[in-house]
Amino acid sequence: MNDWTLICALADVPVLGARVVESSLKGRIALFRNSADQVFAVHDKCPHKGGPLSQGIVHGSTVTCPLHSWKIQLEDGQVAAPDVGCVTPFPVKIEDGQVYMQL
Amino acid sequence: MRKLKLVMVGNGMAGVRTLEELQKIAPDLYDITVFGAEPHPNYNRILLSPVLAGEMTIQDIILNDLQWYADNDINLHLGARVGEIDRRNRSVIATSASGETITVDYDRLLLATGSTPFVLPIPGNDLPGVISYRDIKDTDEMIDAAARYKHAVVIGAGLLGLEAANGLALRGMDVTVVHLSDWIMERQLDRTAGKMLQAALEAKGMKFKLNAHTAELVKGESGRVCAIRFKDGSSLPADLVCMAAGIRPNVALAEQAGIHCNRGIVVNDTLQTYDPRVYAVGECANHRGTAYGLVAPLFEQAKVCANHLAEMGIGRYQGSVTSTKLKVTGIDVFSAGDFSGAEGTEDIVLHDPGLGIYKRIVLKDDKLVGAVLYGDTKDGAWYFQLLKDEQNIHDIRDHLVFGNAHLGDVGHKGNSVAATMPDSAEVCGCNGVCKGTIVKAIKEHGLFSLEDVRKHTKASSSCGSCTGLVEQILASTVGGAYQPADSNNKAVCGCTDLSHGDVRKAIRDHKLLSVADTQQYLRWKTPNGCATCRPALNYYCISTWPHEAIDDPQSRFINERAHANIQKDGTYSVVPRMWGGLTTPTELRAIADAAEKYKVPTVKVTGGQRIDLLGVQKEDLPAMWADFARAGMASGHAYGKSLRTVKTCVGAEHCRFGTQRSMDLGVKLEKMLFGMWSPHKVKLAVSGCPRNCAESGIKDIGVIGVDSGYELYIGGNGGIKTEVAQFFCKVADDEEVMEYGGAFIQLYREEGFYLERTCHYLERVGMEHIKQHVLENAERRKELHEKLLFALQNYKDPWAERFEDASGGALRREFEIIKV
Ligand SMILES: Cc1cc2nc3c(=O)[nH]c(=O)nc-3n(C[C@H](O)[C@H](O)[C@H](O)COP(=O)(O)OP(=O)(O)OC[C@H]3O[C@@H](n4cnc5c(N)ncnc54)[C@H](O)[C@@H]3O)c2cc1C
Ligand code: FES
Repeated sequence: MNDWTLICALADVPVLGARVVESSLKGRIALFRNSADQVFAVHDKCPHKGGPLSQGIVHGSTVTCPLHSWKIQLEDGQVAAPDVGCVTPFPVKIEDGQVYMQL
Repeated sequence: MRKLKLVMVGNGMAGVRTLEELQKIAPDLYDITVFGAEPHPNYNRILLSPVLAGEMTIQDIILNDLQWYADNDINLHLGARVGEIDRRNRSVIATSASGETITVDYDRLLLATGSTPFVLPIPGNDLPGVISYRDIKDTDEMIDAAARYKHAVVIGAGLLGLEAANGLALRGMDVTVVHLSDWIMERQLDRTAGKMLQAALEAKGMKFKLNAHTAELVKGESGRVCAIRFKDGSSLPADLVCMAAGIRPNVALAEQAGIHCNRGIVVNDTLQTYDPRVYAVGECANHRGTAYGLVAPLFEQAKVCANHLAEMGIGRYQGSVTSTKLKVTGIDVFSAGDFSGAEGTEDIVLHDPGLGIYKRIVLKDDKLVGAVLYGDTKDGAWYFQLLKDEQNIHDIRDHLVFGNAHLGDVGHKGNSVAATMPDSAEVCGCNGVCKGTIVKAIKEHGLFSLEDVRKHTKASSSCGSCTGLVEQILASTVGGAYQPADSNNKAVCGCTDLSHGDVRKAIRDHKLLSVADTQQYLRWKTPNGCATCRPALNYYCISTWPHEAIDDPQSRFINERAHANIQKDGTYSVVPRMWGGLTTPTELRAIADAAEKYKVPTVKVTGGQRIDLLGVQKEDLPAMWADFARAGMASGHAYGKSLRTVKTCVGAEHCRFGTQRSMDLGVKLEKMLFGMWSPHKVKLAVSGCPRNCAESGIKDIGVIGVDSGYELYIGGNGGIKTEVAQFFCKVADDEEVMEYGGAFIQLYREEGFYLERTCHYLERVGMEHIKQHVLENAERRKELHEKLLFALQNYKDPWAERFEDASGGALRREFEIIKV
């Protein structure tokens, strides 16, 4: 359960961008990197109408969904007011320039 | 670091708004102390009228509850009046509710003491039962009197007096409004409208006594006022007298402290008084000779003042144009600007006594300077916007008075029928928000601006086509308190106070070459901006500095990043370019092959004369593009804020009516503009004859062939609101079409605001402006055309670029999925 899975090198994720990770267990997960080189991972499915969050614009530690602009806070997967909802976050860490995720 | 001390005197709407603005931008700069003479936290004074009318309660109108002050660490003294400012020692001295003296030091002092009602200097003006109408206490007293007494007299038939009279009448009193002039609301209305209003109010049971000079208020046996006597000897019974004869800026405290006052505390454009440590906002302040009595300008002052208190030093307050609306349910009166009939003004009047409609609009030099509307005020917000924007109305003058609705469905920011809509009517189709929800949010959260409404309800936050409607709902709910942002100066988004124009100018003047540089230089408030400003900044950089600016893919909306159109299920649509709508068997075969190979579920012919492959998985995009590139096909940019298509009819090549070779010209234009990014999407059409089969009348640039050459039309739009393109000029041949059309497009690329279609750009800058640059000045036209060609040279088809990918895979990586 608590095992960290190696995903990719940090450099493989664009700054203020994302990659899609497909897990056989958990489905599609969006892996984000912000301008402070923090990484976040959440289910790649917007709580509104299922938009692919990985394709949104990343700012601060928030992503704006490409379909109808809901804003999702990446630390905890909570949707920013006035919309409500949340998306499952996954623990991630960076070690020696490699990104690991707990699935 | 020791925090600076900020003391505010006057806990009212302007002052607290300033603190709110300050907390947003510099939450930790000050220790804040607030003195308020009233025993209440800040409430929405303008809603005292609905409270008196029994439509709302005091609880409903509180704007900042005590918790808000606690949450913001504000030291609040309620019921405490400041009696003295000691400027030498920089302290204020107040008397608390319990009679103790409180002395507090300040580094900065903010005076927001509001106004005091003007009390007529007549005998009896201090009798019990004689009040003014300013605060909760007055309102309570009126409600109480209405329950116990019969006769009320309101002195003064301005906005305030009429709202007071209406409330008292609704509470069952027999109300007479006494007024000095010939007609009521004479400052807002002309005689005709005033008389119509009077009749409507009389029908509601109010009485009026005009041309009335009050001599004295008479004391009854109980000691309370019992009658009002006039100079002509007549009198009226009165158990309650409400004086609403005007307000005076409350300057007593400032004057006593030796701060320069002149009908208000005199402030400069940063809301600073003559003592640089002391600021003043609100009704107590006199800015450039005006002390405002409406909240909208006060909020603008608050914003500027907060910025200076925060030591940011950006922004000047330059005065406001105001509008007012009478808040008497069932009666619509709106006025804005100057309608005093000043020299050089002209009036257009529409008067239909039968329908109870009166409209007067005042023009000066082809601009709207004032408007008075009675009975039908639904166009108030629209007129006010025209007025604030100083828009040239020459072209719409003949139907201006009939309002915006009459102009047809042509994109004039969507004004129509807010006031008459039922609560259940849907306003925002994108987010499913109905009118009732918006009105409720406005009232419950004390919202005043479009931005606020967007934040709380989502209405108008997506496609924006309902913005006009939402603005109208705001205007009809909060009355004159609503201040539309000046269209030219709206902030780009919440990340900055700067407008699109400001940002464009800074990028040009300071040669800012990337989104990040721009944000840093202009001190963006958020670390990376947001999904609204980033694409705009990116466009401004690359369009201003072609071949030099850094195009940031992460600041582009996904469609432009993936070079395909995202669909609602997260798949993409792919549209290969077909120049001028022409194709070949080889291309069609390549499309058919790709559709089969990648199992494309839907293949559709588009309105722009090409073929759309819908439902493609993102991972398949690069391979599909490679196949197309091999077949010699390029991206159709069906996804971008860019050149979309050049639609053509068959023209003289085949058509028996054709006068010009429209397909030929269409292909040439499309090749010229290939790869062009623009503020919004751009569509062209070329028709070979005036039968106009390519629908040139609804395109950003429409070309129509005639015997002697071509006619050019610009600013058309077939989108949410159909906008017919306007005739621009006539040219002789293909080369001229490319030069004139290209120059116009380049001007739009340089001056348009992001997400502004050509029709809105045209509306904003005016046809004259475009003609000046493109028609009247040949040199400028050539320069613009060349700049366009320069920007577009060496443009690489993004599909081929990804397929060849010289960057070692970085461009392709976007499309690969990591499997674990
Ligand atoms: C019934 C009514 C209806 C209105 N309707 C509208 C409308 O529809 N649209 C519109 O735009 N405007 C309307 N207005 C006007 C609007 O309410 C005012 O423009 C606005 O409230 C002024 O804000 P302010 O902060 O300058 O003053 P205020 O809100 O009056 O606040 C000043 C505060 O300072 C306190 N104070 C004064 N001196 C001292 C002192 N020495 N020590 C401590 N405290 C002090 C006062 O008690 C008061 O609470 C209406 C006003 C009234 C009364
Ligand atoms: S699906 Fe994400 S905002 Fe609608």
